[in-house]
Amino acid sequence: MMKPNFTRRHALAAMAVSTGSLITACKKPEAPATTPGKPGDAKAAAGDVIKVGEFASLTGKEATFGQSSHKGTLLAIEELNAAGGVLGRKFELITEDTQSKQGESASVVRKLVSRDKVIAILGEVASGRSLEAAPICQNAKVPMISPSSTNPKVTEVGDFVFRVCFIDPFQGRVMALFAKNTLKAKNVAVLTDAAAPYSVGLATFFKEKFVADGGKVAVEQKFSSGDKDFKAQLTAIKASNPDAIFAPCYYTEAGLITQQARQLGINLPIFGGDGWEAPELLTIGGKAMDGTFYSTHYSPEDKAEMVQTFVKKFKARWNNEVPDAMAALGYDSALVLADAIKRAGGTDGQKLRDALAATKDFVGITGKTTLDAKRNATKPAVIIEVKNGQFVYKETVNP
Amino acid sequence: MLPRSQVALLSAIAMAGLLAACASRIDDYFALIISNIGINVILAVSLNLINGYTGQFSLGHAGFMAVGAYTAAAITMFGAPKFAPAFTQGAGVHALFPIALVGGGLAAALAGVLVGAPSLRLKGDYLAIVTLGFGEIIRVLFRNVDSLGGALGLNGIPAYTNLFWVYAFAALTVYVVVSMVNSTYGRGFLAVHDDEIAAEAMGINTTRYKITAFVVGAFFAGVAGGLYGHSILTIAPTGFDFMRSIEIVVMVILGGMGNTTGVIIAAVLLTLLPEGLRMLAGAPVSLPFSAPFNNLKWIAETRMIIYSLLVIVLMLARPQGMFSWTNRRATKPKV
Amino acid sequence: MTEFAQQLINGLSLGAIYALIALGYTMVYGVLRFINFAHSDVFMVGSFAGFYIGRGMPKESFATGFLALAGAMIVCAVLGVTIERLAYRPLRNRSKLTVLITAIGVSLLLENLGQFIFGAAPKAFPTLFPVHTFKLGGLVINSSQLVVLVVALALLGALQYIVLRTKVGTAMRAVSFNPQAASLVGINNDRIISFTFALGSALAAAGGILYSLNYQAIDPLMGVLPGLKAFVAAVLGGIGNIPGAALGGLLLGVVETFVNGSRFSTFTDAIAFAILIASLLFRPAGLLGKMQVEKV
Repeated sequence: MMKPNFTRRHALAAMAVSTGSLITACKKPEAPATTPGKPGDAKAAAGDVIKVGEFASLTGKEATFGQSSHKGTLLAIEELNAAGGVLGRKFELITEDTQSKQGESASVVRKLVSRDKVIAILGEVASGRSLEAAPICQNAKVPMISPSSTNPKVTEVGDFVFRVCFIDPFQGRVMALFAKNTLKAKNVAVLTDAAAPYSVGLATFFKEKFVADGGKVAVEQKFSSGDKDFKAQLTAIKASNPDAIFAPCYYTEAGLITQQARQLGINLPIFGGDGWEAPELLTIGGKAMDGTFYSTHYSPEDKAEMVQTFVKKFKARWNNEVPDAMAALGYDSALVLADAIKRAGGTDGQKLRDALAATKDFVGITGKTTLDAKRNATKPAVIIEVKNGQFVYKETVNP
Repeated sequence: MLPRSQVALLSAIAMAGLLAACASRIDDYFALIISNIGINVILAVSLNLINGYTGQFSLGHAGFMAVGAYTAAAITMFGAPKFAPAFTQGAGVHALFPIALVGGGLAAALAGVLVGAPSLRLKGDYLAIVTLGFGEIIRVLFRNVDSLGGALGLNGIPAYTNLFWVYAFAALTVYVVVSMVNSTYGRGFLAVHDDEIAAEAMGINTTRYKITAFVVGAFFAGVAGGLYGHSILTIAPTGFDFMRSIEIVVMVILGGMGNTTGVIIAAVLLTLLPEGLRMLAGAPVSLPFSAPFNNLKWIAETRMIIYSLLVIVLMLARPQGMFSWTNRRATKPKV
Repeated sequence: MTEFAQQLINGLSLGAIYALIALGYTMVYGVLRFINFAHSDVFMVGSFAGFYIGRGMPKESFATGFLALAGAMIVCAVLGVTIERLAYRPLRNRSKLTVLITAIGVSLLLENLGQFIFGAAPKAFPTLFPVHTFKLGGLVINSSQLVVLVVALALLGALQYIVLRTKVGTAMRAVSFNPQAASLVGINNDRIISFTFALGSALAAAGGILYSLNYQAIDPLMGVLPGLKAFVAAVLGGIGNIPGAALGGLLLGVVETFVNGSRFSTFTDAIAFAILIASLLFRPAGLLGKMQVEKV
């Protein structure tokens, strides 16, 4: 059989390969082979700046969280530098945007680690994206500190992955105790976002603790992120006659759920987790938000001097914006790193890891940070109530 | 003596090996980009068989990719340690991984049969929506399977993907698609594309061609999914959404539907573009523009706008794609 | 029983919005025989137009509400005609695939422009109309739910009237039936098609505003899912058929609501698509449509 075009076919099949080889060929000569495990530390130690990588969702659906976190981190780095840096060296923060997209974190974190040769990685808010970055940092032995990913799996990836916030089992327990003790609820309905890992995890831990304490889950209803109509789920919840509704989801859905619940004449307390933390919660939910509660990492109303100074400085730096929990955690993550570098006496990956793991009673904006054997922080949770369209501090729950 | 096309394939695979051998000399980030290029080439060339050559319009390629990614990951993470632990270490990995990839491909091919079946009765717009729906259904299903990680997805996938496997499969994909289309048998795909009713009247079994296109296209998308999963190490249903399918569709359209060379070029360029922009984004440039334009960030932010504009302009002015010179479709564009 | 009735009300009000969007798909399909993918994004633009028009005005007043509604409908009518003029008209005699890809391109363009201009994060939509909640026994009906239902039915009636009783409607049907013959008898096809796009896009804007009144968070991708659902509704009812689109929308809304209220709520989207595939395979002409053989 006559085969037309076989020279072209040859070209085609080889083409895919040659593109790759071409790029290999034109690699920069001054960039030496990086053996994973030694992120060019020997060179950097003699040098001037400490390069810290940050990855955050600066654009896209979850930009609110990423922007807050980034502003906190940047403020901390700027303050550290203004105070002369650490060990006589200043910081350089290299920030990359994950666009709130799955798959993007892997590229940007690899860039930070192998191209920019950062000594540590700070980021992400969303657990799903932190999970993508964690194996890269682990393999390269570059310590990673997540400011606010609460899913327990994140730090399970390996011993180079840390976080400065509490984890969902704790948050679930806090809300279960809050429902039982403060709301005096015995029968709670749960409304979960089945498409968000954060929501599924938090709902599970809440149910475990609440049922173990003798409470009852009236009914669990589910929806998917991006849904706008919750009337069906809420009508089913109403029919199950609960004392309160637990909605561990993000703020957009939380606002819509509360509003639709009130429209349907459900005047029960509704409460959620730190995913509610955003000013948009109040604009989307409007007046309906009164009588709702959520757990988070800190309250800007905290009277502690340190917190008040932070709030003042943050407002001055960022156009009078009140820092939320993501900003406070982003700030703390950078400070915890700086503290560890000081104790490690340098930026060597392994030593820095050990110093981070030994972090004990570090006083930050979000309370005392002590990293446990699983590299998670144990720290108090704050419960916020929405009252007259304002976030009001309700109580602190200690671990 | 082998036919020259097969010599080409073998030499391409050998080059892939060579490339992989050099991989330790380049940094991780470059290696990832080069690997992503190969994976996108597989995806775009396989989608081109369905959308370009056969003239069906699938918007669900990410769905096939998801099936392959999950199946391959399940084989290497759960299947192998349980049934053939010898394969999970040392040299055994080199045998396990291609098996897992082919397994992922076969699972996706099975899904291809399921999606191809409605295409027997639907065309154009309807088929596009049905395949889009299929992609969504796949995501919803994976989200509801707790043993596959539910919404959080699978993490801790072993890092088996290397440049050899990526480019060996890329070469194989190109070889299979080009050989199929250029064979006597393969002329049937073009006949289905050009005029289905006339093709049928000529005695061409259009049903079989359409299903074949879906099965082969889905198989390679599944393989690409497996490679992607073992390269990125964490997969979640959100990573295989409609926008992922659209990215592949854009590669096919910009490259030129039914033009494998063009599609490969488009896949390479569209993978490099965002990374290149990332490099440039921070760098200030002195252009006589106002503040928002004094660095290249705006290009990165308007990337998708430019793509969609390009798609529209191409359809209006140059439906054969950007990289088409002496192609069959260029000489006599089917309008 | 109360729960069942309440779910029925919820379902009908959701379905009315689907129906409203589905009308736009069906009208364009009826005249041009192609699916205007960008319709769901025109719906989004309608919402944002309402958002910006209503921003500086007093909230919860009928004047503001109607002004925003009218403004958004005009904006979208202009947008629809522009899209048709620039992107679709030059392709009038090209293959269906080319038109389909262009439509997808237009849809992506609007979505990405939206993300660039408005930002990807959701915005809170103001309460434009006064809101009241009516209670009947255990049942709760919100005034915005009622508004949606009433407006959808009124527009359906108006459309039926335009298409069946007016001169321009007769011309629309003529173009749909046979464009060449229509131009032979002196109908200006281009003008009729522009009119159809203007009408369809204005309906999408109305749908967008009503949707946002019920679900007060708007974002540039808000049209995607309702758009797809509305498309399912249009196919279910018989695409090209106006009462069919309304029936399909209401039916889909009710089915979705009952699924959402059950244990299987996570499968809602999958079920909508399953309905689409099933109806295409077993009753491609839809519930109220007539079977047609493709002309060679």
